[in-house]
Amino acid sequence: MARTSESAGPMKKAVVIGGGLHGLSTALHLQRTPGWQVTVLERRHVGRHSSGVNAGGVRRLGRDLREIALSVVSAEMWAGIEKIVGDDCGFRATGQVKVAESPADMAKNEARVAAVKALGWSHEEVVDQAEVRRLLPAVAPHVIGALVTRDDGSADPMRTVMAFRRAAEQAGVRIIEGVAVTGLRATADGTIIVETDQGGHEAERVANCAGAWATRVARMVGEEIPCGVKASMMIVTERLPPFCDPTVGATSRSLSFKQVANGTVVIGGGHQGVNDVAAETSTVLFGSLAHAARISCELFPVMKGARMVRSWAGIEARTADEVPIIGESRAMPGLFHSFGFSGHGFQLSPAAGAAVAELLARGATNLPIAAFHQDRFTRAA
Amino acid sequence: MSEVDILVLGAGPAGMAAATEARARGFSVLVLDENARPGGQVHRAVEARTVKDGQDRDGAKLAAAFRASGADYRPDATLWAVEPGGKVFWSEGGAARSISAKRLILCAGATERPVPIPGWTLPGVMTVGAAQIALKTAGMVPEGKAWIAGQGPLLWLYANQVVARGGTVQGVIDLSPPGGLARAAWHLPNALRAPEYLVKGLAWQQRIRNAGIPIRRATRLVAEGDGRLERIVIDGWSRPADLLLLHDGVVPNTQVTRAIPGCAHEWDAGQRCWRPTLDEWGNTTVEGVLVAGDSGGIGGAKVAALAGRLAAMEAARALGRLTVDQRNAEAGRTRLEWKRQRAPRRFLDALFPPLPEAAIEDSTIICRCEEVTAGRLRGAVALGCLGANQTKAFTRAGMGPCQGRICGPAVHGVIAAARGVDPAGVDPFRTRFPTKPLTLGELAALAS
Repeated sequence: MARTSESAGPMKKAVVIGGGLHGLSTALHLQRTPGWQVTVLERRHVGRHSSGVNAGGVRRLGRDLREIALSVVSAEMWAGIEKIVGDDCGFRATGQVKVAESPADMAKNEARVAAVKALGWSHEEVVDQAEVRRLLPAVAPHVIGALVTRDDGSADPMRTVMAFRRAAEQAGVRIIEGVAVTGLRATADGTIIVETDQGGHEAERVANCAGAWATRVARMVGEEIPCGVKASMMIVTERLPPFCDPTVGATSRSLSFKQVANGTVVIGGGHQGVNDVAAETSTVLFGSLAHAARISCELFPVMKGARMVRSWAGIEARTADEVPIIGESRAMPGLFHSFGFSGHGFQLSPAAGAAVAELLARGATNLPIAAFHQDRFTRAA
Repeated sequence: MSEVDILVLGAGPAGMAAATEARARGFSVLVLDENARPGGQVHRAVEARTVKDGQDRDGAKLAAAFRASGADYRPDATLWAVEPGGKVFWSEGGAARSISAKRLILCAGATERPVPIPGWTLPGVMTVGAAQIALKTAGMVPEGKAWIAGQGPLLWLYANQVVARGGTVQGVIDLSPPGGLARAAWHLPNALRAPEYLVKGLAWQQRIRNAGIPIRRATRLVAEGDGRLERIVIDGWSRPADLLLLHDGVVPNTQVTRAIPGCAHEWDAGQRCWRPTLDEWGNTTVEGVLVAGDSGGIGGAKVAALAGRLAAMEAARALGRLTVDQRNAEAGRTRLEWKRQRAPRRFLDALFPPLPEAAIEDSTIICRCEEVTAGRLRGAVALGCLGANQTKAFTRAGMGPCQGRICGPAVHGVIAAARGVDPAGVDPFRTRFPTKPLTLGELAALAS
């Protein structure tokens, strides 16, 4: 049920552009802030692009040092995700393991743990060959150790999107699908009109959570933010008997490998397909996807005979440093950007949504997002 | 070899004719086919059999010309992806391969419409099409107490082939909705432009009667047994059974075309199936991709072979080997015959409409791979799912190893019936490459 404003004044209005996971999380947290009425505008349908089709990794392991603090807050939220959205989102804390295939990999892992510890975090640890074999009985013999975060895990992306949607709507968020934003206009009263192909929406605050299309929204207010796109490809196999609990990556090769509860194995790792941002489609390139297959077969020889039954790619915004952009627009006060999660925003979505909601509600947040402002790309150092 | 002028998928009548015609025009041609020998389903193993009828004669002629054409023919090869620009991927001998083609002529044929009756997933229940493969390749006729049930021309043809080989069946159970002739009569005058189809069909039914095989009309059929088929129940009448062969007509195999971005498909209300949108030469809405034969709309073997030739002539035009006028002049007779052979189709479609999906019981499994029942699909529709891709996300129907190839038409029909809307407005499964499962080991071979 929607909480009503504690003060007697009218509800303040906010519009969230984009019905992906970050938009839904932002809308949910803001709607739960007394005094706010939130509308989500989604051009297609909720979870249409990378939110619904990503690998579902819930991972602190190996993150950019700037992202760790927010990621740790998010991890705490994932551990109690049912209290936040009324569904466990298929989250299982089965661990994340990054295997080392050479002494050089091991040295890299030791240095990484030292760097993380120096910042005061202790969730990453180096394990030896015996322990990695205990964690991954099917792993190839050349693997000599690993970097591990034991209480990381994975969740079901589409189920997570649906849970956030349900929770947001139950809190009172209006979600409008099939509506395209065409422009943003500041009024004399200090509000913003979000123009769409089906009329305008006036709001005190606007969040730009439009993913791969977010730079176009910024451009509507004359703000040029350098940011590319990516289309990470995924493979799913037929169902196999359970042989691997944690989500697996590799220190010096691109891989994300996980057996989900139904027995199918989902393989990704950032191998890139082709994007057509205008047509909103992405295409799988098999010559490139073959590398993911090859790494999987080399790390888990049992996979050679496993049949892949589908492959796909989802379009996502990618910044130059692969760290997201979160911050108020320099061109239009009241507009806040949150995009560019570069293929690893799924885990961050609960905490990032809470942070952006605070930015919208009171212009500031104590959550650790200061490093993410777009100024790092748009202003000379 | 990294490039070829024309890649033909399938070595059935359409593929063999297209490849032969393209070679005659001087193109390099690569033909990929999943089977060990040319012929497709209709002319399966035609080179190894003694020619017995007109259809065999047609097939043998096509196969001989195809063998002599000089096309690079790859049997036991499974195409699993087409990338924009014409790069094609396939598996052959346990490894993935790829090639770029200037033109693709896709001749993937037809697949059988599923017949989801209670118990259809029991061992001992199979399709008429599968039984016909055993008959054509190994001369096998059913043993024990065998029944044939469903409707459609292939069912009657197969029953005839069994009788001709000295086999027998317990009975033919005709599940076709009553009133077929009355509905079809409207199309009869047009159908008589190619009367040989109707003559053949009537003769097939008569020969079954003459052989003393009971033909029984029924509305409800159930397969039962403990771990395998033991009996069938025909409108409440239980009979022992070792084998039950089901058939409800065929639909175009659109698995590959639907996965190609931008390749439009349309609902064929007469045949109640999806087919790619084609112009009269077989061009799809994607430049460079053509379709010929049953995978572009069910027309049968003769129509398929003619369409294959027409598609190859159009490819010759597109690649600059023929002018428009030359193509039109040379294709003239082929096009007239193509039109004549298609004439009886509306009559046959009206005579054998598919079994109504609304009548499928809630407890009957639709998706065999993931064991999803009609009731669960209807439940997903009640929750707001509008099309097959949404029910897939909700129920996993179509997500198993068959990738929706088997259950697709039934899932689509159940959703349309449950919503009470025109099937044309209900999304079919979106297919994705790889359209056939391949092992990770095969795919990994491309990364070296």
